[in-house]
Amino acid sequence: MPKVQSKQASARIGGFFFVLPSIIAIAIFVYGMIAYTFNISLTNRNSASVKEIEHVGFKNYTELLSDERFLHALGNLLKFTGVFLVGTLLSGFIMALLLEKGVAGEGLFRSFYLYPMAISFIAMGTVWRWLLNSSRDADAGGLNLVLQKIGLGFLQNDWYLSPSGAMYAMAVPAIWQMSGYVMALFLAGFRGIPDDLREAARVDGATEFKIYRHVLFPQLSPTFLTVLIILGHISMKVFDLIIGISGKSYVTDVLAVYMWQVTFDITNFAKGAAIAMIILFMVAIVVIPYLRHVNKTEQEN
Amino acid sequence: MRKRSYRVAAGLAVLALLTAGCSSDNAAEDTAATEGTVAVDPQLEIFTWWSSGGEAEGLAGMESVFKANNPDTEYVNASIAGGAGVNAKAVLTSRLEANDPPDSFQAHAGMELDGYVKSGKLEDLTDLYKSEGWDTIFPADLIKTLTVDGKIYSVPVNIHRANVLWWNPATAAKAGITAAPTTLDQFFTDLEKFKKAGITGLALAGNGDWAIAHLLDYILLASLGADAYEGLFKGTTSWTGPEVAAALKNFQKALSYGNKGAGNLDWPDAGKLVTSGKAGFFIMGDWASAQWQSEGLVLGTDYTWAPAPGTVGVYQWLSDSFTLPIGAKHRNAGLAWLKVCGSKEGQDAFNPKKGSISARTDSDPSVYDDYLKAAMEMWKTDRLVGSTVHGVNGNNALMAAYNTAVGKYFSGGFKDNAGLAKDLDAAYMAGQA
Repeated sequence: MPKVQSKQASARIGGFFFVLPSIIAIAIFVYGMIAYTFNISLTNRNSASVKEIEHVGFKNYTELLSDERFLHALGNLLKFTGVFLVGTLLSGFIMALLLEKGVAGEGLFRSFYLYPMAISFIAMGTVWRWLLNSSRDADAGGLNLVLQKIGLGFLQNDWYLSPSGAMYAMAVPAIWQMSGYVMALFLAGFRGIPDDLREAARVDGATEFKIYRHVLFPQLSPTFLTVLIILGHISMKVFDLIIGISGKSYVTDVLAVYMWQVTFDITNFAKGAAIAMIILFMVAIVVIPYLRHVNKTEQEN
Repeated sequence: MRKRSYRVAAGLAVLALLTAGCSSDNAAEDTAATEGTVAVDPQLEIFTWWSSGGEAEGLAGMESVFKANNPDTEYVNASIAGGAGVNAKAVLTSRLEANDPPDSFQAHAGMELDGYVKSGKLEDLTDLYKSEGWDTIFPADLIKTLTVDGKIYSVPVNIHRANVLWWNPATAAKAGITAAPTTLDQFFTDLEKFKKAGITGLALAGNGDWAIAHLLDYILLASLGADAYEGLFKGTTSWTGPEVAAALKNFQKALSYGNKGAGNLDWPDAGKLVTSGKAGFFIMGDWASAQWQSEGLVLGTDYTWAPAPGTVGVYQWLSDSFTLPIGAKHRNAGLAWLKVCGSKEGQDAFNPKKGSISARTDSDPSVYDDYLKAAMEMWKTDRLVGSTVHGVNGNNALMAAYNTAVGKYFSGGFKDNAGLAKDLDAAYMAGQA
């Protein structure tokens, strides 16, 4: 007996050594850096020329609350997130629903819808910058021209230059890119439901609509949650799409762009770090409950 | 047995990682220590944001002078694209923070340079000025903007003019404009003529906000006059007073003649509106001329120029300069580069292509085009005023806030003049902190 125990113990130690390099790497490069950033955010490093670094508590954070541009960027980000989440969920779900029935050439459609995923945000941003050109009528190009050609000229608009609608326009390329991915996730969710359940429902006399409404949709809720979390955290961190389309223009400012500018252009490191911590916190709010939920269900199984 | 060998392997791997970490530190220190004594460096790393058009051609001109003088040094151009250096500055900031500076980098003369000096990133170049005789060759007013506490910190390579009016003679003829406007009133009269002829009056570029801020910078100068304009940055002219309010009304009026969809455009796109006859006037620095010439257009026929209306006799300047960062890996190569930058040969190779005039008072006018020849004369006689958007009047914090204030005003449909004045005042304050 003691021999077996020592074998188990040594196996554990061996296993520990295997994961040790990644533990060290993550401890330094993820958590260490977070702690470092948090520490900077509490100091007076408000320009590159500050020589005596002191801790000033949460001063940088409280100042952000009255920073008009920060609030503008935060508002923009929330608008973007709202439209992006709803748009991507809806379009991805509808595409999955259509394909779920087993259309002819399903594989072809699937890869078509997934292709945008393969393009980097920055390359896509450059292309969409042309598509979202705000010129109209005779000068129109991009989407405005398309709208004209199909007889929907009255829908032409300023896209991301419109002060109130800029972020909604920004969400369009993001939706275009991510909805194929969401479709794939939902499709996998549909496929994971055993056919027996549908057949049982049919035998019980349920209509097709009722089968979806009461049998299939409820089983998709874990997929739904996963999708929501993935999209949510992508949205909070959005940076390259915005830079690719409108650069550092005020009208489409979001937190990540503002953080970049405060840190690197103005060299206000403490304030930049504070904005970074706020972004992290917003992502954490979304992700941590999800991780706890996943852990719990895994343990139950 | 197999498990044990795994364990040994894992242990070794950890050890290897730890020792690798230590040894690379030592290696870095060793090379740094020895390189200081080497006379000729194997490499020179230059950091600029000149990567296309006339700017890149001008830099290539200086590069060839450097290569001829320093055949054993490899020239590495770490150039990063981006309007007015907005992206380059981010990369530069992180490299300076990591104490991994290039051997020389580009900075605007004036308050922008000041920021680098105050954060202790630059070497004092006063001795180099003496040994090269630059203290008498560069204009004293220019050297003043490169000096902090009596020490000179960078080598100017050029002088640009920000307040230039550009137009296409054929378009102006269509609108019945025969002479360049010299006052703001005439400027607006001519804009109205363009409008009546069905041509967009003023070409605007809103992407990234700075080109609109450049226009505001000019309008402030034209409306307030040189002294009151300079007072804005010394605290003697109020940003929220009636003079600025009147200037902002002019700004608002000028913007109303702008092209639709300006927010999509970078300045070369807006410039194309002018050269292709779709828009009348364009207020832009004289780098526009270099850009157009690199596109094959001809000064005098395809486009022409005048001092921006209301600022005749005032030269709103900016200057690009090169520095020697503390801790440069190839300090000798950096110094050799600065000698090229400050030399007559280097400046006359660079400036005709960059579309700027030499910062030296003894340059050879014959290699410059007609615009630049005229600019050289004006540089000697005009009242000199710094540019705000291009780093002379305020530090990076002021510039960023200035651009933001203008971006907010412009994207909001340029309605809120009082709000703009308030934001500009806040931008000025941000620069003082």
